[in-house]
Amino acid sequence: MSKRWTPILIPVLAVILGLLVGAVIIAISGYNPIVGYAQLWEGIFGDSYVIGESIRQITPYVLAGLAVAFAFKTGLFNIGVEGQLIVGWFAAVYVGISFDLPAYIHLPLAILAAGLAGAFWAFIPGILKAKLGVNEVVVTIMLNYTALHVTNALIRSIAKGDTTEQIAQTASLRIPFFEEITQYSRLHGGIFIAILTVIIIWFILEKTTLGYELKAAGFSQDASKYAGMNVPRNIVISMVISGFIAGLAGAMEGLGTFEYVSTKTAMTGIGFDGIAVAVLGGNNPIGVVFGAILFGALKYGSLNMPNPPAQIPEEMISVIIAVIIFFVASGYLFQWLYEKFSKKKGVK
Amino acid sequence: MSLTDTIAFIFYNAIFYAAPLIFTGLGAVFTERSGVTNIGLEGVMQIGAFTGIISNLFLHDIFGGATVFVSIMIAMIVGSLFSSLLAISSVTFRSDQIIAGTALNMLAAGATIFLVKKLFEGKGQTPMVKDAITRFDIPVLENIPVIGKIFFQNVYLTSYLAILAAIVGWVILFKTPFGLRLRSVGEHPTAADTMGIKVNRMRYIGVMISGALGGIGGAIYAQSITLDYSHATISGQGFMAIAAMIFGKWNPLGMMGAAIFFGFAQSLSTIGPSIPFIKDIPTVYLYILPYVLTILAVAGFIGKSVAPKALNTPYIKGSR
Repeated sequence: MSKRWTPILIPVLAVILGLLVGAVIIAISGYNPIVGYAQLWEGIFGDSYVIGESIRQITPYVLAGLAVAFAFKTGLFNIGVEGQLIVGWFAAVYVGISFDLPAYIHLPLAILAAGLAGAFWAFIPGILKAKLGVNEVVVTIMLNYTALHVTNALIRSIAKGDTTEQIAQTASLRIPFFEEITQYSRLHGGIFIAILTVIIIWFILEKTTLGYELKAAGFSQDASKYAGMNVPRNIVISMVISGFIAGLAGAMEGLGTFEYVSTKTAMTGIGFDGIAVAVLGGNNPIGVVFGAILFGALKYGSLNMPNPPAQIPEEMISVIIAVIIFFVASGYLFQWLYEKFSKKKGVK
Repeated sequence: MSLTDTIAFIFYNAIFYAAPLIFTGLGAVFTERSGVTNIGLEGVMQIGAFTGIISNLFLHDIFGGATVFVSIMIAMIVGSLFSSLLAISSVTFRSDQIIAGTALNMLAAGATIFLVKKLFEGKGQTPMVKDAITRFDIPVLENIPVIGKIFFQNVYLTSYLAILAAIVGWVILFKTPFGLRLRSVGEHPTAADTMGIKVNRMRYIGVMISGALGGIGGAIYAQSITLDYSHATISGQGFMAIAAMIFGKWNPLGMMGAAIFFGFAQSLSTIGPSIPFIKDIPTVYLYILPYVLTILAVAGFIGKSVAPKALNTPYIKGSR
């Protein structure tokens, strides 16, 4: 197995294996996998409405995956994208309903508010890691649930109920043209923001000194320190940027998909799916786009699976995504199989 | 309500909510002490809760009054098997433990609701169970004046089993050769290997114990608090158990103390309105208390919490 191709080969193999394992589980459960997958396909590409909705679903996945991947490049595991997304969502809607401004100020302001809220939420684990060496995984997990309960309380206090009013149209990401060509799906302009963010992040990581330093810290903190880089500062910057991107993902939901925010009993799941997207995309900004397209489309398309004749519960797709992640994460499995296989042939 | 009544009321609610956290938190202690983080305990609890409820619903006619405990045993076994996925992936195939744990959570959330819909004609929620974990008076001890009323009357058996389990867990971890071995592979696997301890086997055992205990925790939670299973049955309890473990400094008894405190905080959000003083505190503070305290604890503001040294690193023979 040549080293150059493994970053692409393993995810592709994992996706194929994941879908096969999924088919077996579907068959064992007494459903028809071929009909099921056909309906999944229809649910993604069937008509312009579902295509629009699929892209709408992919949008926050790109950003959530990018947030995880960016932190990972610096050697940080931001498992708190979920919480940063939730506070970003709230901040975006809050700005969206509280101000009366022209669209060219209102919309950017609402998006910025979401990013800053996410950035602030990620600043906490960043500064704790940088100053006190506290494990960011633990802190971000705890902050996810803190975010959930705090935003629920804030929503109840401003809305006097469980759902806020709709945001002003001047803060909306919806584009009438998109709605018309997709039979009034909820497809919105956020996809451009997502793609723009991917390009900016790619540029930062690959073409700037800051990106070089951040990646260096990801490879070896000691080496970067001896090279004179300010590692604690880079940790904070990395977490803040990651949180900002996660906050933007929240803005996609708040300003585009829903145009309101309501209290939640459980996590949205987008942040955790973002981890799956980043893992599949090899923590590479471009890879993340592919990961988001696949998982976002699967997630939305799965909503068509419970319809007759397949009648497969849509949760099947979470099982398939989990299996894919197991395969990608256990990259050593493929190496192990490969070695077994080549030994048998006597190559080595 | 008299003062003793109030104290008794608060106490039994605290340990009632704490029981699932203690079991799952004890599981977290075992797996992390062996050097494997099990972020998937949230998912393990979901599997436990689901298995517990399904077993309870379908075995009710066979086991009658003992159904609840049979269900807990089944959940224990299924939880342990489920968590072996984490061991296979992260111990044998060296995947990142956090990523594998996240996958475990996704798998549990998807698979349990998938099966609920399969079993109950597309409904995302099971019916309510008929047998729930019930309260009783502990013989003899209940007659002790004052203390008997506070601690031993009208209590849930599972609460005391949980406390007992934490004590037994402490003895196993710190007073037996097995416990020493388990801890040694979490601190210094190379040294442990040199002494002839099978590192990966110990880690499998650590992870599977955590699965068994997390399964019990989930089954107790579902059969005493929610009484059915849906996507919102387990929402954060697994992570809260991990928090209790960290707050309790990776020690079963410390974890138990933290879990009882977190249980107290959780119960206050439900029973608070009937208690003077507490009813004035907005519930959001009670909800976030466990998480905020844990952040303060890991940051060293409330004593220093230090994780096992070899946590999150797969053991590869011969590497330094």
